[in-house]
Amino acid sequence: MLSETDLGAIWLTLRLATTVTLLLLLIGTPIAWWLARTHSWLKGPVSAIVALPLVLPPTVLGFYLLIAMGPQGMIGQLTQELGLGLLPFTFWGLVVASVFYSMPFVVQPIQNAMENLGNRPLEVAATLRAGPWDRFFTVVIPITKPGFVTASILGFAHTVGEFGVVLMIGGNIPGQTRVVSVQIYDHVEALEYTQAHTLAATMVIFSFAVLLAMYVFQRNKPVWGIK
Amino acid sequence: MTSIGTRDGLIVQLDMQYKKQHHENFSLRVALTLPGSGITGILGPSGSGKTTLLRCIAGLEQPHDGLVMVNGQRWQDKDNVVPTHDRPLGYVFQEASLFPHLSAKGNLEFALKRATSSAASIAYDKVLEVMGIERLLGRYPTELSGGERQRVAIARALLIQPQLLLMDEPLSSLDDARKHEILPYLEDIRQSFDIPILYVSHSMEEIARLADYVVVMENGQAIAQGPLNEVFTRMDLPLAMDDQTGVVWQGEIIEHDSTWQLARIRCAGGELWIRDGGDRIGDRVRVRVLAKDVSLSLGCHTDSSILNRVAVTVSQLGPDQDSAMQLVKLKAAEDYIIARLTRRSVAHLKLEPGLNLWAQIKSVAIVQ
Repeated sequence: MLSETDLGAIWLTLRLATTVTLLLLLIGTPIAWWLARTHSWLKGPVSAIVALPLVLPPTVLGFYLLIAMGPQGMIGQLTQELGLGLLPFTFWGLVVASVFYSMPFVVQPIQNAMENLGNRPLEVAATLRAGPWDRFFTVVIPITKPGFVTASILGFAHTVGEFGVVLMIGGNIPGQTRVVSVQIYDHVEALEYTQAHTLAATMVIFSFAVLLAMYVFQRNKPVWGIK
Repeated sequence: MTSIGTRDGLIVQLDMQYKKQHHENFSLRVALTLPGSGITGILGPSGSGKTTLLRCIAGLEQPHDGLVMVNGQRWQDKDNVVPTHDRPLGYVFQEASLFPHLSAKGNLEFALKRATSSAASIAYDKVLEVMGIERLLGRYPTELSGGERQRVAIARALLIQPQLLLMDEPLSSLDDARKHEILPYLEDIRQSFDIPILYVSHSMEEIARLADYVVVMENGQAIAQGPLNEVFTRMDLPLAMDDQTGVVWQGEIIEHDSTWQLARIRCAGGELWIRDGGDRIGDRVRVRVLAKDVSLSLGCHTDSSILNRVAVTVSQLGPDQDSAMQLVKLKAAEDYIIARLTRRSVAHLKLEPGLNLWAQIKSVAIVQ
């Protein structure tokens, strides 16, 4: 059924999506928190930048990231300074690109949940001697957990499903950058329709299962305040 | 922060100005020194700044030029603002404010874990007992009624071991039946725990039941303050225009009349018969006499259905919201009482300050 290279592509995809999701939860949470709480004029521009990948063709994003990560680019110069070499056509290049590409899918659900939370629970916690970090970890995160679950699922699934950015940044190196979507493309190019089918069907089932799990979970979402 | 150990020395001192962002025409300006024990009622219509005042004391809003001193501790002065989470206070919000992700017990434990342990004078079991919530501990906020949620929230505020308890209209989100379910718990708090409480409300009835000291707010200013009855008998305040205007007398039970199920109480203003509520001789009770339930007569008519008659002297006449009516402030022994009469009666009896006559009290409501 699934060949050695297919399995390699699946494994690589899962590794990529997991890494990206974890990184995005780390990076996206403070961004979402800031966006949810700030009255700064920067809120608009930052929101727009975070949301750009929703509207841009992946090739556009991939193109600029390729340039940025190249020898003359900002990211490229930084990674060279740090002795990491250049990122394009490596696994970590894909990770960086995917973090940008999947950012809105993680930031927006968390931001929505935090906006819905309102100020009251934080005020209540403050009157109960909880300092800012204490409030964040014992009140904000537990109450907005559904937002985090949605964000993780969407971030993961969206990274699994990316194609254009991968081609631009990562090319097609087995074990390094050849993820499932690229592998399917290869199968089709080589007219290996059976293999393409198997892998594509696996993706359909996976995506459906993930989204189903998310919607079932969201139905049980607790609400703040009075029933 | 330093603290003063003696109770009598405890006071709440405020001097602040506050202007709400985006609200051009609201500003709060108060300078108050409040007693550091008992319940201080902060009374005023909505929009008068009561809640803002409480939020400034808690540090949830930041007044400019604010001075907040509680029990000798500076919570805010012009150089320093202690953040809310470092102020030893408890706060009960208007609406249910339990954390939805925690059970009732989890909500209480949230406070227990963070309570000032050195000041632990409020025992967990006692709080559960006084608030009557032992059976509710396993439930989540959505499984509790509005009244139950508010009782858990009050218990939580007590368990943080506050040196000052702030209550912002804790009953306003509840219907009348629920209000009357919770009021006795609030009275018990005063008797069971030795914490000064600032209690914000727009209801004279709640304040009459609970408060010892009253601050009246209007348009962001404190227009009057003083012991409960002193404020309630002032004729120059908008309170006097309220339908619920009246006085609160505190007394001690001195006699039971088992034949008629009555009890006699001695107050500073005189002796009254009240319904026997099962209190023992020597128990303290608080009764409320509304101005509309007081009538006056020149003689002592024992041939009427009125049970309570008190000798009074006219002290002051004042206008009423209704132009046909007038308010009369009467001195009864060591206290005061207010009557609402028609202007015609006032003219007929030729009422003027200094005149001695009898006040007949149609109904005495036991409020505590």
